[in-house]
Order: sequence, then C-alpha cells, then structure tokens
Amino acid sequence: MNNKVQLEQVNIHFGKTHAVRDISMTFPEHSVTAIIGPSGCGKSTLLRSINRMHDLVPSARVTGKILVDDGDIYDRGVDPVAIRRRVGMVFQKPNPFPAMSIYDNVIAGYKLNGRLPREEADEIVESCLKRVALWDEVKDRLKSNAMMLSGGQQQRLCIARTIAVKPEVILMDEPASALDPISTLKIEELIEELKERYTIIIVTHNMQQAARVSDYTAFLYMGDLVECGETKKIFTTPEQKQTEDYITGRFG
Amino acid sequence: MRTSCCTNETETDRAAAAPKSPQPAIAKKLGGDSIFRYLTTFFAFSILAILALMLYEMAGESLPAIREFGWKFVSSKDWDAVQGSFGALPYLYGSVVSSVLALLLATPLSIGAALFITEIAPGRLGSVVAPLVELLAAIPSVIYGLWGVLVMAPWLQSTVQPFLIEHFGFIPLFEGAPYGVSMLAAIFILMIMVVPIITSITREVLLAVPQSQKEAAIALGATRWETIKIAILPYGKSGILGAAILGLGRAIGETMAVTMVIGNAPNISLSLLSPAYTMPSVIANEFAETTSKLHASALMEIGLILMVVTLIVNAMARLLIWSVSGRAKGGAA
Ligand SMILES: Nc1ncnc2c1ncn2[C@@H]1O[C@H](COP(=O)(O)OP(=O)(O)OP(=O)(O)O)[C@@H](O)[C@H]1O
Ligand SMILES: [Mg+2]
Repeated sequence: MNNKVQLEQVNIHFGKTHAVRDISMTFPEHSVTAIIGPSGCGKSTLLRSINRMHDLVPSARVTGKILVDDGDIYDRGVDPVAIRRRVGMVFQKPNPFPAMSIYDNVIAGYKLNGRLPREEADEIVESCLKRVALWDEVKDRLKSNAMMLSGGQQQRLCIARTIAVKPEVILMDEPASALDPISTLKIEELIEELKERYTIIIVTHNMQQAARVSDYTAFLYMGDLVECGETKKIFTTPEQKQTEDYITGRFG
Repeated sequence: MRTSCCTNETETDRAAAAPKSPQPAIAKKLGGDSIFRYLTTFFAFSILAILALMLYEMAGESLPAIREFGWKFVSSKDWDAVQGSFGALPYLYGSVVSSVLALLLATPLSIGAALFITEIAPGRLGSVVAPLVELLAAIPSVIYGLWGVLVMAPWLQSTVQPFLIEHFGFIPLFEGAPYGVSMLAAIFILMIMVVPIITSITREVLLAVPQSQKEAAIALGATRWETIKIAILPYGKSGILGAAILGLGRAIGETMAVTMVIGNAPNISLSLLSPAYTMPSVIANEFAETTSKLHASALMEIGLILMVVTLIVNAMARLLIWSVSGRAKGGAA
C-alpha cells in the first residue's frame, strides 16, 4: 500500500516547549490511523502540523519533513491554503458556522473555489450529507440554521463540510469526545465508510474506539513516538511495556 | 497551590474590611453585604426614576407646543419665533441626514480598522493602534468642532467643495456654492467622532469570535480574507450592527462640534454643500433667548424627541451587542 503521508524527524516547538520530538512514521493510503496517548503528549500538536494549522500560532516552529504524496508541505513556495484543501480537518467540538443554514454549511468550503451553480450545489449537499448519514434526518430542513441540530448531527455536518472540499486526507481530533454513545457509534461507522476514499488520521482518548476503527495505531508519550504499527498488534502484543501499560489502563 | 492562593485572597479581603467595625468578621460581612445591596439597588432605581422624571417633566413642558401644533410640529418647516409658528422638520432632517450619512461613511472604516487591529496586525502594531483609537474617543467634542471650523471647513471650501461642484455639480447632492460650513462638514466631523466608538466596540465583538470558528474556516482552505468573510464577520454581524447603531446614537446627540461646523441654517436642501441645522444645535443656540413660552415649549419638544430617539437607538444597540457577547460566553461554557 502507498504511503499517503510520511513524517520524517518532525520536531515541533512552542517557544521553549518541545511538544513533539523527532517523530518519523507513515500513514498508508485508504487506511485509518489512530494516534493515542495521555493528555498533553502532543497528539493534537502532531495532527495539526499535517495541515499546517500551526502557521496561525506565531510561537510554533515545525522542523523536519512532512510529505503528502512525496511533496514536503513545509517546502518554501508551498501554499498552506492549497495544502489545507487536500488535508481537511474535523475538530473536537463541532464548529458549524452559526450564521449559516445546514445547506450553506456544507458548501461553505466548496464555495471558496468560486461561483457555484445551483444544481451543482444541490448535488454536493445531497451527496455529502448522504455520505455522513445525515441526509434523511435533515433533508426537509436544509435551509434551517445549523445550530438547530444536535451535537452529533452538528459533528456529522462538519464532516460533510470537510469532505465537500474533496480532500485526500482527513484529520480528526477527538471527533466523538463531545458526543453521546449513539452519535459516537454513528461517527465510527462513518469513519469506516470514509476510509474507502480518504486517508484518515484520528486522535482519540478512547481505547475501544481506536481498536474498533483504526488499522494502524501510534502511541505517543511526552512528545515521543513510543510505538506504532498495526492496531491488532499494538493492542495484543505491544513491544513496549509503556504501550501495554497505557492500553490496559495501568498507566502511572 | 491554586487553592492556597485563593484562600489567601479571601483573607486579605476580610482583613481589608475588618478595621471598620469591631463585630465578629462573619456577621459584619453579612451586614455589610446586605447594606451594600440595598444601597446599590437604591442607586440603580434612582437612576431609572431620574430618567422617568426627566421624560415626564419634558413631556409636561412640551405640552403647550404639542397642543398647539400636533403632528404639524414634525411636518412643517416653518420655524419663526416672532410669528410664533414652530415646525421642526429642518432640524429633524438635518439630524437624520447628517448622522445617517456620517454612519454610512464611518462604519466600513471602523470595521476595517477593527479587522486590522484584531486580525491583520494582532501583534504589537495592533496593541499600539487599539489604545490610540480609544484615545480619540476621549477628545472633547469642542476640540473637534474647533478643528472643524478652523481647519476642515476652510479646506472644504477651498478644495473639496469646488472639486465636487465642478465634477459632480450635476448631481443635486453637490449643487450650489462652496460655503465651507455645511452639511458636508458636519458629516465629516461626525464621521471622525464616531469612528473610534464603532471601532472599539467592533474590536471587542471580533475578539469574542471563538478561535474554533476561525479554525473551521482555515481548515477548509480559506485564505485570511475568506476567513474574515465566512467565519468572523458573520459571527459578529449583529454585534457590529449594534456598534454602528451606538455610533448613530452618539452622532444624533452630538451638539457642540456639529453646531460649530454645520452653518446653523434651517434649510431642507438635497445639497450636502449647503448649511443645515440639527435638533441639538437649535436647542443649544436658542434656549437662552426664547421669545415666548411657546418657543421654549417648542425647544423642549425637540429635546423630548431627541431624547426618545436616542434612548431607543441606544437600547437597540445594546441588545444587539449583548446578543453576540452572550453567545460567545455560551459557546465557551
Ligand atoms: N498553542 C500552543 N502554545 C503553546 N504550547 C502549546 C500550544 N499547543 C499545545 N501546546 C503544548 O504542547 C504540548 C502538547 O499539547 P497537545 O495539545 O498536542 O496535547 P494532546 O496530546 O492533544 O492533549 P489532549 O489529549 O489533552 O488533547 C502541551 O504541553 C501543550 O501545553
Ligand atoms: Mg488534543
């Protein structure tokens, strides 16, 4: 299988804080990779470096190479805006645009490409909402405000908004942590579906979730990559004692 | 660590309050609290009472004019103290036109300035510009007026107005002779005076836009400008509208600077180059030399209209601004 995303000796600093230490790993195409680890170990920091979200933080410094399809996204002359269209992101707390309707939320990113004919927009909205299994729940009220939806529905809407831009990679930072078990299940099923088309990298605190949805798992501890590999292997026969302790909840 | 810090704080508080009374600390604290509450409640209500009393008094004083002219007071443009006929339309017109046009010019300028401070140059430059803008709001309006009449009006008369007349004179807005002091001068002065207010409130509204909203847009591949367009401005929309309306309230009530530059002629002219008059200006100019009871009453009625309008405008603005900061707080919780 192709490696869609590849990290080579990635270090991330915030001022004097060394948040991610010398991480090298690969993310195979059309697979789900889970990043796990205790709070503050640098999971979000690592994830956000893959679509250059750190560009917004003046104190952040990313070194090393992050290759998407063999091109280093931190190379000079690479447009971060173009990178973010290829590498989409779903956040922990659902963040639909509150001033927009459900319909407009879905095409908010797509519309940035330029004018969008009505029929085309309708099509995109329908297909994206169907893919996130939200269509049947909202098809009669597409024009109503996105904030009317439940948290789980809002999160699926945000995923629809992300895939509407047609990214190749989707980053998810604890996408289900603010949701109830049923909504969480729906999101997990959705991730399963999405991996047919996209490469997915998901940060999660939920071990069962990582075991259920991911093909590969990476365990981070205090900014270091302790271990990564096939999820089955990590969860049954981890090589590192630290990994085993964390997964079995015997962490200390 | 944290907890011990907090305990310290309460202890200092109590120590600071202690010397006033010999009673045990807790009882004294309760007593002090409830007295304080009654006192603040009393003050809060007395402010409302004063407001109501003022409205009542003004309405009472206006009564002769209201009885005499009825609705004609606001529809007639005939203001003649000698003949005893009073129609306030020119003042209403002058107030509305000068403040609305000033607002139309000031609002985009202020939004731009606030965006510059919060989004474009949020670092050191922004933190220098922001207090400077606030400083502008503290300048007494007579200074603006003085500058307006000594510097701006002559400049308008010698440069801007002749230019407008020459190139746009065919539009009724720019007809006539260049007087300097004019509706245009008032509009500019008001614009300069409301920009700081609108900017600083818009800035607060923009700062209340959650980071998650900006990130949502950026992660979709939005440029900085697109982020402003799809995430920041829509989120702050009603607050910005509130800021603008607050500016409108300020502009409608502004007296000194406008009186100095508007020319004080009760015209109703489409041309922005001709002198005009506003409600606060006529009150300020004529209250000291009223010729009759009816004249005084007519001025009082203008004051009443002015007060009711500003109260309504301000209440609307506050509601809009609250709706944004309230939502921001709800979102953060
Ligand atoms: N914008 C920032 N500025 C300064 N330091 C930061 C910033 N973002 C993260 N850090 C620091 O980087 C380290 C890693 O944080 P990160 O958010 O990546 O942790 P995490 O693994 O995602 O934790 P959690 O599971 O709680 O979300 C922390 O020490 C944090 O304080
Ligand atoms: Mg995190």
